[in-house]
Amino acid sequence: MRRRLSGPVDVTQLVVSGIGLVILLFVVYRLVATLMGGTYGVSTYASQAIFGLAQGGIYALIALGYTLVYGILFMINFAHGEIFMGGTYIAYFVIAAFDRSGFLESNPLLAIVATVATAMTASVILALGLERIAYRPLRRAPRLVPLITAIGASLFLQYAFRGLFGTGVKVYPDTHLHVAGIDILGGRYDIGGMVVRPIYFVVFLMAVTLMLALWILVQKTKMGKAMRAVAEDKDTAALMGIDVDRVVVLTFALGAALAGAAGVMFALYNKQVTHTMGFIPGIKAFTAAVLGGIGNVPGAMLGGFFLGLAESTFPTLLGLDSQLKDVIAFGLLVLVLIFRPTGILGEVLSRKRA
Amino acid sequence: MLKRSLRRGALVGGVLVFIALIGAPAAFAREPVVRGVVTLSQLLLAIGALLAGSGAAPATRTRSTGAVVAAGAIAGAVCMLLLALLALLVSAVDLRQVLVNATPQLVDELTLGRGVVTGSTVLVVLGTVLGALGGWSTRLPAAISRSAVLAGAAVVVVGVLRDKGLAIAEAVALGVAVWAVAYGRSRWGSALATRYQRVQRRNSTMVSIVVWIAGLFILLGLPSILGTYGTSVLDLVGLYVLMGLGLNIVVGYAGLLDLGYVAFFTIGAYVTGLLTSPAASTQLGLSFWIAWPLAMVAAAGAGALLGIPVLRMRGDYLAIVTLGFGEIIRILVLSDTFKSVLGGAQGIIEIPGPSIGSFTMMRPQHFYYLILIGVMIVVFVSRRISDSRVGRAWMAIREDEDVAEATGVNLVKYKLLAFAMGASFSGIGGAIFASWVHSVFPNSFTLLVSINILSLVIVGGIGSIPGVILGAFFLVGLPEVLRSFADFRMITFGALLVAMMIARPEGLWPAKSRRRELHLEVAE
Repeated sequence: MRRRLSGPVDVTQLVVSGIGLVILLFVVYRLVATLMGGTYGVSTYASQAIFGLAQGGIYALIALGYTLVYGILFMINFAHGEIFMGGTYIAYFVIAAFDRSGFLESNPLLAIVATVATAMTASVILALGLERIAYRPLRRAPRLVPLITAIGASLFLQYAFRGLFGTGVKVYPDTHLHVAGIDILGGRYDIGGMVVRPIYFVVFLMAVTLMLALWILVQKTKMGKAMRAVAEDKDTAALMGIDVDRVVVLTFALGAALAGAAGVMFALYNKQVTHTMGFIPGIKAFTAAVLGGIGNVPGAMLGGFFLGLAESTFPTLLGLDSQLKDVIAFGLLVLVLIFRPTGILGEVLSRKRA
Repeated sequence: MLKRSLRRGALVGGVLVFIALIGAPAAFAREPVVRGVVTLSQLLLAIGALLAGSGAAPATRTRSTGAVVAAGAIAGAVCMLLLALLALLVSAVDLRQVLVNATPQLVDELTLGRGVVTGSTVLVVLGTVLGALGGWSTRLPAAISRSAVLAGAAVVVVGVLRDKGLAIAEAVALGVAVWAVAYGRSRWGSALATRYQRVQRRNSTMVSIVVWIAGLFILLGLPSILGTYGTSVLDLVGLYVLMGLGLNIVVGYAGLLDLGYVAFFTIGAYVTGLLTSPAASTQLGLSFWIAWPLAMVAAAGAGALLGIPVLRMRGDYLAIVTLGFGEIIRILVLSDTFKSVLGGAQGIIEIPGPSIGSFTMMRPQHFYYLILIGVMIVVFVSRRISDSRVGRAWMAIREDEDVAEATGVNLVKYKLLAFAMGASFSGIGGAIFASWVHSVFPNSFTLLVSINILSLVIVGGIGSIPGVILGAFFLVGLPEVLRSFADFRMITFGALLVAMMIARPEGLWPAKSRRRELHLEVAE
C-alpha cells in the first residue's frame, strides 16, 4: 500500500470513501424507511427471493466462465455473454422442433436433456472457435489488445446471429414435466396468496449441481490440478510437462458448457431469445465474478447468488423504480471496486501484475 | 501443396457461405458496379475466388508457374464448389424456418440467375478460372499486382458510390488511369518524393503555406460541391471525429480504455437541451453559445467524477466500470424517476439551432462550418497537448504506471485530466449534436455509439490524429453513403476490430511511437 503514503492519493481516497458512504447511508435510510413503512408483506419478499436465487444461479454459472478464463489468462472474455446467447439460440431450434413433432410433450425430460446438451455443445464450439481465431494469436500481446478483440468478437457474434437467424424474437415453447403430481417446469401454484413457480427451484438446484460438479473437477481431478497449476504460473506449469494450450482450451470449453446450460435454464422461464440477450446477463455475470473476487471459483458462485438476490429484492426494499434494476447491478460493481477491489473472497488480483 | 489449396479454398468458401447466409448477396445485388455487367454481390464472389487462388500459392518461388496456377485453380474451384453446394441445398430444402436468408433470391444470386444446375457449373468454372488467375498473380512483380489491386478497388468504390454504377468505358478508363498512376508511383515514386523534399527543404515555409491554404479552400468549399445530403454525412463524420479525438486522448494517449464514452456525449446533449430548449422542463431558452461551454464543463466534470473511483483500477476493470457508467446514465435518463426533468423516453424537443444575430443555423451546410471549427480546434489542442509535458506524462502512464509514478508523474492529476479532457470533447460533440438534430432522445445514446467511436479510433490508429479522422471517414462516412451496407455495419466493425488487433494493432494510419510499441512482444 505504498500509494497510501503519497499526499494527493489520500484526498481522492477521501472523496471515494465519501461517495461510497453517501450511497451506503442512502441505502440504509431507504431500507429502514421501507421496512418501517411495512407496505410489502413477507410473501412479496419471499417470492422475490426465490426468483432472485434462480436468477442468481444463472449469473453464477455465467460468472464461472469469466472467472475460469480470467484465472488462467488474466483476460476478460468480453464475448462470454455471446457464448451464453449462442448456445441458447441454437438450442431453441432443437426444442422448437421437438415441440412441433410432439416429442416435447410425450417425453419432456429427454427433450430437455437433449436441448441442454445441444446448447452446451454449441456454446463450446463457439468458445473454442473464438479462442482459436481471436485469442490465441494474442496470448502475449499488451493487455488492451485482447480486450478490444473480445469486444469486437462480441459485436461480431451478436450480429452474426442476427444476420443468420433474423431479428425476430424467438420464444421457447411451454414445457411441462410432472414429478409427483407437480408440474416442475411450467406450473404456477398459489400457496398462501403467494405465487410459486417450481421452475425457480429447479433452476437453482441445477445450478448448484453443476457448480458442485465443476468444483470436484477443479479440485479432485488431474485435469483440475493442471488448470490450477497453469493459473498459478504458466511457464513453470509448462516446464512441469503440462500442455498449456490444452488447459486453456479446456478452460474455455468448461466455461462455455456452463454458460450453455445456464442459457437453456434461463430460457425455460424467461422464454424469449434474441441476438442481444447475452449482453446484459454477460455484464451482470461479470459483476458477479468481480463481487466474489475474479479468478476465484467459489467467489463467482457466491457473487452470482448475491447479485441475483440483490437485484430482485433491492428495488422493493429501497423503494426504487423497478426500471432501475440494472442500475443496482452496476452500482454494486462500482461500490465493490471502490471498497474491496479484490471482491468478497478474492485475492489481490485487481492490482497491476495480476 | 494440394492440401494447402484445398484448405485455402475451403476456408475462403466457408467465409463466403457465411456471408451469403447473413444476406449480403441479396443486399449487394442492388448495387451495380459496372452497369449491366457486374454487381457488387457478383464481385464479392469473384474477389473470394481470387483471394483463394492467390492464397493457395506457396510463398516460396521454387515451384513452377504452372504449379502455382494449378494450385490457385483448385482453391478457387473448391471455394466456389462450396457455394454451389449451398445453392443446391437451399433450392432443395426450405431452410427459411431457421436461416432467414436462405431464400430463392439467394440461389438466384449464387447461380447468376441461370438455374441451379447450369448456374452451379458456371460458378465452379468461373471459380477455377479466377482462382488460377489469383494464383498466377502472385508470380507478377509486386509493383504490377499491387497497382492492379488498387485500380480494382478504385473502380469498385467509385462504381458503388455512383447510383447506377459505371459504364463499361468509364470503368476501363478509371481502372487504367489508377493503375498507371499507382504503377508509376511505385516505379518512380521515390525519386519524385526526394525531388519534392528537396523543393520543400529549400523553401519550406512557402510550400507548407501553399499546402495549408489549398487544404483550407477545399475544406471550405466542400459543402457546395457535395450538396445537402453529402454535407450532412460530412457533418456526422465531423461529429465523430470530434468525439474520436476525445476518446483518443483517454485511450490513445493515457491508455485508459473507456467503454462508457457515450455518457459524456449524452451529458453534453442533455445539458444543451435543458438550457436552450423552450420546451424543456427548465424553460430557460438560453442561446447555444452560452450552452455549449456549460455542456463542455458538465461533461468534463462528469469525466473527472467518474475518474475518481476508477483511478486505482487496472485496464480491464476500468473498461467494465465505464461501460456500467454509460449504461447507468442511459437508464437514468430513460427512467420515470427523472422524467419530470429529462423527459424520459420522450426526450427534449424544440432545441433551437445556434444563431448569430438574426441568422439561425438550420441547414447541414451551416452546421458544417460550426463542426469544422470545432474539429480544427480539437485537432489543434490534441496536437499541441500530445507533445507537451502533459502529453508526455500520459504516455508515461500508458507505458508503465509504476515507473511513471516513480519518476514523479502525479498519477491522480494526469489521469483525471485525461478523463476530463476526453469527456469535454465529447460534451462539445453532444452540444452540437443536440442543436443539429433539434432534439435529444435517450435512444440515441446507446452503447453502440461508444463502440462505434472506439472502433474508429482503433481502426484509424490509436493515438494518431490523422488516423482518427481516417477512421471516422471509413467507419462513419462510408456506411452512411453505402446504404445497402447498413445492415452489415456492426458485424463488419466486430470483424474489423478482431482482424485489426491480430494483423495490424497499430491501425491504418498509426502514430509513430505506437507502431514501435505494439510490435514489441510483451511477456507476462
